[in-house]
Order: sequence, then structure tokens, then C-alpha cells
Amino acid sequence: MVPLHWYLTLSAAVFMIGMFGFLTRRNIIIMFMSVELMLNAVNISLVSFSHYLQDLRGHVLVFFVITVAAAEAAIGLAIIISLFRNKQTAHVDEMNEMKG
Amino acid sequence: MLQQLFFGYYAFAIIILSLLVVTRSNPVHSVMWMLLLFFHIAGLYLFLNAEFIAAIQVIVYAGAILVLFLFVVLLLNLREELSLRQVAGSWPSAFFIVAGLFVVVTAALGSYVPGPVGAYSIAAVRSETHVKALGKLLYTEYLFPFEIASLVLLVAVVGAVVLAKRKLRS
Repeated sequence: MVPLHWYLTLSAAVFMIGMFGFLTRRNIIIMFMSVELMLNAVNISLVSFSHYLQDLRGHVLVFFVITVAAAEAAIGLAIIISLFRNKQTAHVDEMNEMKG
Repeated sequence: MLQQLFFGYYAFAIIILSLLVVTRSNPVHSVMWMLLLFFHIAGLYLFLNAEFIAAIQVIVYAGAILVLFLFVVLLLNLREELSLRQVAGSWPSAFFIVAGLFVVVTAALGSYVPGPVGAYSIAAVRSETHVKALGKLLYTEYLFPFEIASLVLLVAVVGAVVLAKRKLRS
């Protein structure tokens, strides 16, 4: 039997990798994929909690997380397309109109 | 022993693949590694007796979301982007933030005490099948959140069309 801690450590590791990607990469598409990576890490921990506590509510939560991730991907990619149409770039350092 | 070996393979592959996703400079390569990553995560879900979630992971994430990403990456002409600097100059500080957070989270895991177990043991789910048990829960106890999820999807569809379409006349 694999202990629950292993799954949670794996989930934390994937979350941190996603966060590292979001903080360091400057391509907006890869930053967005890092967010998806973080959502997947949370899903791993929810499913493993659900398995070890013998409760299906974690699976229901994963269902909703995937729904929101799909909606977020659609909206975010539409925003990226309209940004690219205006600026001809996907590099976030170029997008500094709202800098104070 | 076999279980530990299986988990070790999946954990190792997931971590290596997510590192590859984050570090590739070409977004198309990143998307391809992410496809492999999602299949490995689906395998991990099967290992945790969550076959419906594994199927959804493959269908929605690998089938829909990643195809959307691939479309956008191919639609935008990113040829000259690749010559720009891809990584922020302050990446060591980001690394220390992330490593510190990881240490904090794993240290907090040591004091975790599991709560009481629920009614859905492996034998109970197996006798009822996972999809049926999940569907019962989703359409009775979680009916209202389910309706809100459909509203979220509707807003996403309309919003994506409104945001991405060209202005007809200015």
C-alpha cells in the first residue's frame, strides 16, 4: 500500500514546478500552461484524499475543477488571441500599458 | 512492492514531464510533453480507483484543452518570439520562493491526521460502479453546483466568442 504522504508530496512537487514556471517564463502561453499544471496538481491531491478517506466528494470536486479549467482555457486563449492581434507578440514584458 | 514500483514510475515520469513542460523554449514542444504528462496523470487516477476521473482527464484535458492550446500556438506566429529571452532575469529568487514553499508544505504534511472514513469504501464503489456512484452524488447532493458549472461553461463560450472575434466595423 502506497502511503498518502507520497501522493501529497508528488502533488506539492508538481504544484511548485507549475508555480516556478508561472513566475519565471515570459511566454504567455507557457505561463498559462503552468496554471493548468497547478490545477492538475490539486486534482491529484483531491483524488488521493478521496481514495484514502473512502469518500467520493473529492471526485465531485475534481469534476468541477476540470469544468472551471476548461472555461478558463477558453477565455484565456481568447484573451491571448486578441492581445496578439493588437501587439503581435506573446511576450509578457512587452505588455506594459497598465504599468503605474 | 509492485504498487510502490508503479507509483515510483508514475511519480518520476510526472515530475520529469512537468519539468520538461516548464523549461522547453518552443511552446509546441511544451504542449506535446504536456499531452504525455496528462496521460500519466490519468494512469495515476486509475491506480487510485477513479476510472471516471481518468477518462475525463484524457477526454477533456488531453482531448479538448490541449488541442485548444495547440491551435492557438499554431495560429500565432511565434517564430521571432523564440529569439527573445524566455526566462525572467530574477529566476533564482523565484526558485528560492518555490523551494521554501515546498519545504513548508512537506513539513506541514507530517502533522496531518486523517479524518473519519466515509461511506464509499472500495468494495461499495465496486459493487455500484464508480460512474453510477459519482452520478448519484452529482445529481442529488451537488445538483446546484452542477447547474452553476453549466452556467460557467455558457459564460465561457459566449465570452470566448466575444473576445476573439474581430470588430465588424469600428
